[in-house]
Amino acid sequence: MNRSFGVILLHIALVLGAIITLIPLAWMVSASFMPTGEASMYPPRLLPSAATLMHYRDLFTRMNMGRSFLNSTIIALAVTAASLLLNSMAGYAFAKLRFRGRDRLFGFLLAALVIPTQIGMLPLFLMLKSAGLVNTYWGAILPGTASIFGIFLMRQFMTSIPDDLLDAARIDGASEWAIYWSMVLPLARPILVTLALFTFMASWNDFMWPLIVLTDEQKYVLPVAIASLVGEHAQDIELMMASSVLTVIPVLVLFICLQRYYIAGLMMGSVKG
Amino acid sequence: MREGLRNEARAAALFLAPALAVIFLLFLLPAVASLFLSVTDFDIYALADYRNVRFVGLRNYQQLLGDAVFWKAMRNTLYFAFAGGPLTVFAALGSAMLVNAKLTRWKSLFRTIYFAPVVTSLVAVSIVFRYFFHVRVGLLNQFMELIGLAPVDWLGEPKWAMPSIILLAVWKNFGYSMIIFVAGLQSIPEEMYEAARIDGAGPVQQFRHVTIPMLAPTFLFVGIVTAVGYLQLFAEPYVMTPDGGPLKSTLSVVMMMYEQGFRWWSLGFAAAIAFILFIVIGIATVIQFRLQTSRERASAVAARTATMVGGEE
Repeated sequence: MNRSFGVILLHIALVLGAIITLIPLAWMVSASFMPTGEASMYPPRLLPSAATLMHYRDLFTRMNMGRSFLNSTIIALAVTAASLLLNSMAGYAFAKLRFRGRDRLFGFLLAALVIPTQIGMLPLFLMLKSAGLVNTYWGAILPGTASIFGIFLMRQFMTSIPDDLLDAARIDGASEWAIYWSMVLPLARPILVTLALFTFMASWNDFMWPLIVLTDEQKYVLPVAIASLVGEHAQDIELMMASSVLTVIPVLVLFICLQRYYIAGLMMGSVKG
Repeated sequence: MREGLRNEARAAALFLAPALAVIFLLFLLPAVASLFLSVTDFDIYALADYRNVRFVGLRNYQQLLGDAVFWKAMRNTLYFAFAGGPLTVFAALGSAMLVNAKLTRWKSLFRTIYFAPVVTSLVAVSIVFRYFFHVRVGLLNQFMELIGLAPVDWLGEPKWAMPSIILLAVWKNFGYSMIIFVAGLQSIPEEMYEAARIDGAGPVQQFRHVTIPMLAPTFLFVGIVTAVGYLQLFAEPYVMTPDGGPLKSTLSVVMMMYEQGFRWWSLGFAAAIAFILFIVIGIATVIQFRLQTSRERASAVAARTATMVGGEE
């Protein structure tokens, strides 16, 4: 077989795969700008006859979607901020502080990674209910503020920081907090970006736990809000596509801008296996 | 020095306390509590007043194992995981080979496109696919009509509902494993391919005798992550077929747990479902480990022989 023929074949396969991957997303965006009813016409339309923003306007003015967008943003930002702090503190202790049982404790945490979060959701709901945290932002935020995976990422990265550097600061009388805050954290910036990205996206896209813990429509996050919207407005395809765009685009843009950090974290996560 | 170490230990305790408190209180404790909940009759009356909770031994489990709906949900979930899992892994390996091929141009562009579905909200894309599969207005049926095929009620027919959800899952998830496979492919030393070529191995044989064995650890990781994730199927059927689909053909175990626990407030019964799922996930993980270690051992030998043969040339 001719070499350049093979190259063309390879790229046809790649482009075909890219088209299949992008069609659902492209159609979602396109249909969200179509006038009502156009997305269900036959033969199918791929582009709007006249682009309209009316569905987006409807989402914010009549469907209370602005509120859900705000809820999603607040919860995802709070979870991200807390998880950066808590996981980096724990990661620092596991990477750089010497104490008895350190490796055993870390191994125990890694072993606990096999437990799926769904297993504990029923008792967790009861616990938060007795604490009065059901249907509050706190109920949605707290369980995500620390994660074994986050601690793992931080520890792996911080282990590579030379001990001599930290010991020199200790001899100069710096406190452990000062070392962590003004030496280790600045060095760990790339991994902090990675963890922030992972946490923000996971929190933004999370569905099952917010569905359980946030029962009042005013507290709904986007995935819960659009899942409930599709029950009432299943016929309004264009409206539903606009609500999906609203949910998907922020994290997609974030990913495209920061994908270097995202992929790096993915690799670190996979080598543990 | 001793004093210093004691200080370090004290500091470590303070640094660890917040994160460990969250993990122990909000993750590990509830997981263990689930086991205790599953041997009680915790229901809506207990929710009103905890004094109504009674220990019932294994009654929830007995009831569950005799429940046809539970077995249906378990079969559906296993079908999803054992058909959707391998399909996802193959799609991932195929796209990784294409993206990673030496002659491929715009590698990072294709990689980004293939990965995009992974970061999308599962609920949002489930809504998109719900319309995509719609019997009358769905793009898929309209396309089939254009090329002269009879329309199919994808989400309304028992035999097509789960394959439709599998298609969504493959589309959504293959990019994740693709990235891991690309890393695995890049870690294979070029000399091994050279050695194989010198031995007269064609592209297919190189794939079989170098690529596949060298990727064994990657297969293990990707296989476990995919299987564990797929056994927790929930949002796709919840959004696409809210009532469990035609003849309950898309009802999943987690969906049943959610309905029993948070719609009917039979939390004791739902906890038993959660615990059985945990055991199934554990078994699936162990099986993959067993399968892999024997194959990996064989492949390591094969791979080593390949390099040694190459070295002698």
